[in-house]
Order: sequence, then C-alpha cells, then structure tokens
Amino acid sequence: MSQPLTISSAHPEIRQRGRFSRASRENLVAYIFMTPWLIGFFVFTVGPILISLYLSFTSYDLFTPPSWNGLANYERLLMRDARFANSLNVTATYVLLSVPLRLAFALAIALVLNRGLAGLSFYRAIYYLPSLLGGSIAISILWRQVFGLRGLVNQLLAFFGIEGQSWIASPNTALLTLILLGVWQFGSPMIIFLAGLKQIPRELYEASEIDGAGKRQQFFRITLPLLTPIIFFNLIMQMIGSFQAFTPSFIITGGGPIDTTLFYTLYLYQQGFNNFRMGYAAALAWILLAIIAVFTAVAFLSSRYWVYYEDDSR
Amino acid sequence: MSWLQALRERRIFTHLLLMVGALVMLYPLLWMLSSSLKPQSIIFSEPGLIPSQITLENYTRGWTALQMPFGYFFANSFLIVTFVVVGNVMTCSFTAYAFARLNFRFKRIWFTLMLGTIMLPGHVTLIPTYVLFNQLGWLNTFLPLTVPHFFSTSAFFVFLTVQFIRGIPRDLDDAAAVDGAGLFQIYWRIILPLCTPALITTAIFSFIWEWDNFFSHLLYINSISLFTVPLGLRAFIDATGESSYGPLFAMSILSLLPVFIFFITAQRQLVEGISTTGFKG
Repeated sequence: MSQPLTISSAHPEIRQRGRFSRASRENLVAYIFMTPWLIGFFVFTVGPILISLYLSFTSYDLFTPPSWNGLANYERLLMRDARFANSLNVTATYVLLSVPLRLAFALAIALVLNRGLAGLSFYRAIYYLPSLLGGSIAISILWRQVFGLRGLVNQLLAFFGIEGQSWIASPNTALLTLILLGVWQFGSPMIIFLAGLKQIPRELYEASEIDGAGKRQQFFRITLPLLTPIIFFNLIMQMIGSFQAFTPSFIITGGGPIDTTLFYTLYLYQQGFNNFRMGYAAALAWILLAIIAVFTAVAFLSSRYWVYYEDDSR
Repeated sequence: MSWLQALRERRIFTHLLLMVGALVMLYPLLWMLSSSLKPQSIIFSEPGLIPSQITLENYTRGWTALQMPFGYFFANSFLIVTFVVVGNVMTCSFTAYAFARLNFRFKRIWFTLMLGTIMLPGHVTLIPTYVLFNQLGWLNTFLPLTVPHFFSTSAFFVFLTVQFIRGIPRDLDDAAAVDGAGLFQIYWRIILPLCTPALITTAIFSFIWEWDNFFSHLLYINSISLFTVPLGLRAFIDATGESSYGPLFAMSILSLLPVFIFFITAQRQLVEGISTTGFKG
C-alpha cells in the first residue's frame, strides 16, 4: 500500500512553525497518548514480574518481610512436592485432552456450517452461546449439578434403567467432567475457523474441480493447508488459556476428590492465599510461565513443518 | 433429477444433525432454566424441559437467601463493570491511536512488548500485585478491580482498536490537518468517532469478562456488603450446600441474563470482535 502524501511533506511550512519540528512534536504528543499505558506497563506488569521473580527465591508470608532462601522453593517444588507434581499432571491431562477435542469440534462444525447452509447465523449463535457464558460461576454451578449424584446425567441414565454415580465425586470421572466442560465451549475457536474459511478464495475450488479433484482431495489439498495458520493460532491461544483454568476446578470439584482435579492455578491459589506462602506461590507462577513458554516454543518450532504460509516468508 | 433429490436429502440430513447437536449443546442451559421455574420438590424427579408446575418461588427465595439481598451483588457488579468499561474504552483508545497513527521513538519495541503482555499468564504478576494493593490499603475495596483498567492494561483491547484504526483511511487525518487540526483534534474529531465499532466491541467484551471475573473478586473482596454476583453465588453454594438447588439455579439464571442480553442484541459485534482479532470470547 502506498502511503498518501502527507501534508507536512507537501507543505512543510504549515506544520513547522513553533519551536518544535513536526517530528519531535509528534513524538511528544505520542508519548502523552502513551502515558497511561506506559504507567500501567511498568506498575502492573514489569514491576510485578521482577518482584515476583525475586519473591520466588524467598520465604514470604505477607506479614513479615521476605527472607531470602535461594533455590529452596524451586528445589522443594521439583523434588519433594507430590501435590505439585500431581497438579502438573492433572493440568497437562486437562490441556492435552480438552484443547485438541475443542479444536476438533470447532473445526468440524465450522466446516459443516461453511457449506452455504441456510440458517448459518442461527446455528452459529447457538453453538457459540456456551463459550460466551462458559466462564461464569453460574455454568460451573450448573455443571456441578448436571454431573452430580441426582443430576441431569443420572436422571437421563435412570430413564434407561441405569443407576449412575456422582460423576464429580468419583476420582475416575471427575477430571473427565471438567474436560467435557472445556470441550463444550468450542464456540469461539469455531467462529475464528468460520472467518478463516471465508477467506479461502472460491477460485481455488473451482479450478481444482476442473482438474477433477474430489471433495476429499479439495479438503486435504486446499482447505486444510490454507487453514493451518488459523489452527496454529487457535492452538496457541487455547493452550495458554487452558493452562490457566481455575474456576471449574475451584467451584465444581474444589480440586477433589483426592486431588484428582487439582488444577495448577488452584494449587497456586491455595499455597498463596490459604497458606500465605507467597514466595512458594511466586515460584509456582514462574514454573507455570516456563511450562507455557516451552509448550508455545514447541508449537512454534513445529509450525514450520505443518503450518502453511501463502507468501512463504517465514 | 435424482441427484438433486439426493442433494436435498443430504441437506436435510445435515440440518437434522446440526439441530440435534444444538439441542445437546443447549440442553444443560435449558434444563437449568426450566429447573429454576419448578418447585424444589420436583426438580430432581423430572428431567424433562417442560415444567409440569411453574413457580417463581425459587427466585423470591433465592433473592433473599443470604444476609444481603442479591440486588446488592448486582449493584456492586454493575458499579465495577461500569468503571472497567469506561477505563478500557478511554485509555485503550489513547494507546491505540498512538500505535496506529503516530510516529515516536521505540514504537516498535513498545508494540512488541504490548503484544507480549497478551500472552503473559496473569499469575506471574499476581503475588506482587496483591502485595502492592495490600500495602496501599486497597484490599476489600473495588479499587484493585477498577484502577488498573485506567492504565490501558487490557492489551487485547489495545490491539483490537489498533487493528481497527489502521483500517481508517489516512486521507481523513490529512484533510483535517489541512483544515488546521492538530494531533489531539484528529484523535478527538476523526479517529474517535470513526472507531466507534471497535470501542463498542471493547465495551461489550470488557463488560462480559468483568461480569464473569471470579478470581480477582475472590482475591480482593471479603465483606459480604461488597460482594459481586459471582461471589454471591459462591457464598450461596457454601451456605446452602446441596439442599436448595432451585433458588441457586434461579440466581444463576439471573446472573447470566446481562451476558445473554448482549448475546441477543450485539451478536454482530461479538462475532466480528472474535474473528478480527481471533481471541477468546
């Protein structure tokens, strides 16, 4: 895109009166507009990041000053904290099952909806609704009851003469109900997929049809490759979000039974705000950041083998 | 014409499949709605969606089940959300204008850092931020929930607005400059009015996310008089346990209403907001 000729370059005299040159005046104005963000960035992001790194090497209970204890927090976490290992395991299971399933549903429904079906916006709205409401406490309360002993699922099972159990109270199924809640909210990646599908030029399909390509070939040779950047994007965002899930574990199961749904963030919350081990919680946060960074890096590194970029500039 | 017929049949089949899928997706929500209208005694004996008896008793009982009526929690939630929306809309548009239109030193670095904060897990800053608010004496007030939003901390909305402003033709800025408008006036007279759609999207998503925000409210609010809707619902579970699901469902339904109203009235903005920036909704 060519830049339109700006006034200042056409008529330098218009903008260059006063003590400042146009560029330095613009610089000043820009920094005035940037001031709230800059303050926020340093006070609520950079500062806390540095302090949290420092606190992760200390023992700190919020009431007495932090005392330096070197790598003790990390050592204890990585070597001797079975609940930490368990919470990591639970969270990884949750992420590795719910994210791919959620994306699979999102993609499948988006593909069906993209076939020029009548009532697209109606279906899109309905499938999107759970993900819009899903973050609320009300939905967690609902889930508690749907999978509870006398809940909806067991009522339906009783209809077929099957006596159910409390799905959220059983160590074997509790995590599964939370994964299901995650999958149920596939609406927002679905909308992103739909937007992506609309971007694929129709001519590609027309041309391939002339060349005798079938539906299956079109899907694997055109749709899927051109959609890979969006799959990749959704994968990254959903993964980062899922690692930080908190409310379902807190409200539906409280981390139980016997810690089988102890999400990482719930464990962090318990250490920091129930036990007031702030240093320990800060160390937990840094390990979470490291884990997310590793997963993201792996996704990025692998992307060159499966993500297709049109201009191949990456 | 048999292939046409076959095609039509397939279409019908697809519609049927989508309908069944939609029903499965919505069933839990509809079940909660219908249960909230049933007398407590038949909620668990009647799995169907159509209540055999309708009552508003759950709503009246639920409204006053805690020490404070639920109206307080709604008022508190609305108050917080209002400040969050105003803060986000105002300051994110400042930042976005600078990033999208102005040239300044270190712009690329700041922009990269701003995008980086979108991906940064909030837990990394959680403990020091809590300590900071504690030392300021802001615990158990609404300040920790609202003040940060006046510093453009929601990078997601900055990004959304930047993308939108980039789509506004620069000719308009230039024409205004010819008429003698300065950079502030261009922001106020040209950019701000023209990026109204982005501001509306920002406002809607700010509203929904803060309305559903549970974690920060849990951390910072202790007194029941300051409880927001999510905290009220949680207190409800703790206070009544498994015994009164009717009233609990009724209050849950009420808590979903504001978001649901946006879903009905602002669907286009929601869909566009998600598809243009590609973030979670």
